[in-house]
Amino acid sequence: MKRRTKMWGLLTLTLLMLVATACGKSDDKKTSGSASDISLGFAQVGAESGWRTANTNSIKDSAAEAGFDLKFSDAQQKQENQIKAIRTFIQQKVDVIAFSPVVESGWDTVLKEAKDAGIPVILTDRAVDSKDESLYVTFIGSDFVEEGKKAGQWLADQYKDASADVNIVELQGTTGSAPAIDRKAGFEDAIKGNSHLKIIASQTGDFTRAKGKEVMQAFLKANPKIDVLYAHNDDMALGAIQAIEAAGLKPGIDIKIISVDAVHDGVQAASEGKINFIVECNPLLGPQLMDAVRDVVAGKTLEKRIVTKEGTFTSEEAKAALPDRKY
Amino acid sequence: MTADSKGRYSSGSQSSLLSRAYKHHLFWPLALWIALLLFNLFYSPSFFKVVVREGHLYGSLIDILNFGAPLMLVAIGMTTVIATRGIDLSVGSVVAIAGALACQMISKGSDQNALSLVLYAIVMALVLSVALGLWNGLLVSITGIQPIIATLILMVAGRGIAQLITDGQIITVSSTPYQYIGAGSLAGLPFSIFLVAIVFAISALLTRRTALGLYIESVGCNPEASRLAGIRAKTVMIIVYMFCGLCAGVAGLILSGNVASADGNNAGLWIELDAILAVVIGGTSLTGGRFYLTGTIVGALMIQTLTTTIYSVGVRPEVTLVVKAVVVLAVCLIQSESFRKAIISRWKTRRYPAEREVTRHA
Repeated sequence: MKRRTKMWGLLTLTLLMLVATACGKSDDKKTSGSASDISLGFAQVGAESGWRTANTNSIKDSAAEAGFDLKFSDAQQKQENQIKAIRTFIQQKVDVIAFSPVVESGWDTVLKEAKDAGIPVILTDRAVDSKDESLYVTFIGSDFVEEGKKAGQWLADQYKDASADVNIVELQGTTGSAPAIDRKAGFEDAIKGNSHLKIIASQTGDFTRAKGKEVMQAFLKANPKIDVLYAHNDDMALGAIQAIEAAGLKPGIDIKIISVDAVHDGVQAASEGKINFIVECNPLLGPQLMDAVRDVVAGKTLEKRIVTKEGTFTSEEAKAALPDRKY
Repeated sequence: MTADSKGRYSSGSQSSLLSRAYKHHLFWPLALWIALLLFNLFYSPSFFKVVVREGHLYGSLIDILNFGAPLMLVAIGMTTVIATRGIDLSVGSVVAIAGALACQMISKGSDQNALSLVLYAIVMALVLSVALGLWNGLLVSITGIQPIIATLILMVAGRGIAQLITDGQIITVSSTPYQYIGAGSLAGLPFSIFLVAIVFAISALLTRRTALGLYIESVGCNPEASRLAGIRAKTVMIIVYMFCGLCAGVAGLILSGNVASADGNNAGLWIELDAILAVVIGGTSLTGGRFYLTGTIVGALMIQTLTTTIYSVGVRPEVTLVVKAVVVLAVCLIQSESFRKAIISRWKTRRYPAEREVTRHA
């Protein structure tokens, strides 16, 4: 008898815990309470960086402002979660589905399902490699190749009179993701004109600080002379800075650092001179996305590609921009 | 004794020493780890270079110790759980939760460098980790849920809890005492390795110098028989899950201290799988009843050595996981006795007709 009470107590506890977690999640989903005829399903990659959080907030805020019914899902960086979320949106018969694909490939089946259900799909921030362009309406987001080119161009300008080899190490983003592939391609394209600029090591840091630090430590041990670090996002650069400092070198001086994103922590490091050059990748695509959703529902045809506006920061520019940097 | 018998005697003792070493449970893990290190010796001699830089030792080997510390800790906890025929999949989530809670508390403080605040945050994070271990232990022992399912609950929910704590953000702290846990050095060595040494020493003493180890093994062999023999099987189970939670909590502090930030999503991601692998490489059986803490440490070191090796030799990121998988497969095959026997018997009884002919005539 006593044992049974104990068991029930535990079961209740389990249920309570599940309910508690479920509540925590559903709070996020109901961003907009207003009655609106347009419902938008958005499948986010996850919350892997400050950039992504700013992106999420921008989408939630502008959806609330536009009065849309936003169904938000966090894929926690797993493609299968995102596919599941999209299928749920299809079942819920939302008006428009928008999502940032975790990786580039493997979307044809689920996008076909959405198309068959007559739900238009908008890609944000990251593209898919599908041959069939009719599977989505438009792609709103940064041009990652262009970002890589800007980073490479700055480096090429810095070392245009170089007479000796400049050793570059690269911290790539998540293997197979669009930003990792394109930022690498754009960068290589921009520096290929100068034969002294050599990428001597390139490895993935999964866009995280911990991996960025671990990989950079290994790079520093394996390569005696590193002149430049090119990181595909700020977080990896921030991790790498710690590794460089632990090696007794000065980030930004002994090793020049180029990074992409310009999140708050990154801009701060740049203003301290630890990152030499940051290419901005603008996360605030909420307003543009809501405009596109409105146009799609109204039956207007959209451009297949909508590019967000982006700038670059040197250390001096970062100093000036830092106070206004929200994300 | 004739010379002949003498010679036979000495060769006999030599082979018995060899066969004893060969039969020791650490033989294969150590041999494979040394093989991996030898590969590095030939491929990149700088791998073994250790220099003193800014008052602490600096080199790839030190990195392996430092980055391997969280894995070693988690694997020690995992060993005790697996010894009771259980498994704990939630360690990765506990790692994330511990780091998240500590960083959140420190970042809220007015003076992040205050030692009292950091200690308070650390204690709270560890208490929470032990509580989460208790939760797993209760589910497994009292409600009798299969360990893999019971801990799966926290594995999935735990990431959510970590994100609730951090509000989905990466929390950056600028606290020197907290960073010391993961990135500091004591007597030239990474501080984290001392934590591993302490946890290892305590667990080894408790399990090998007291009856606790025997209890754990007996529960792993047969919980019901142990209970009938007067061992509180359920208490033993709860204790090992709590210990596993504590180990994961310390690992979480090291991981987040190392990068001075807490990342609810990625901290300790897949560390449970690496930990289970380390335990298996170390010779502990997944069916419980027998465990080797030293073997686990060697297994964890081998996994970290492999990771660092891959980074330093410059394997392309697209094939990194394949390379890892192939090495792990090779390690497991070489460790498997039946596989070794099959290879040896194949070698000895070659089925080439011509050769068979020769031996028959001779």
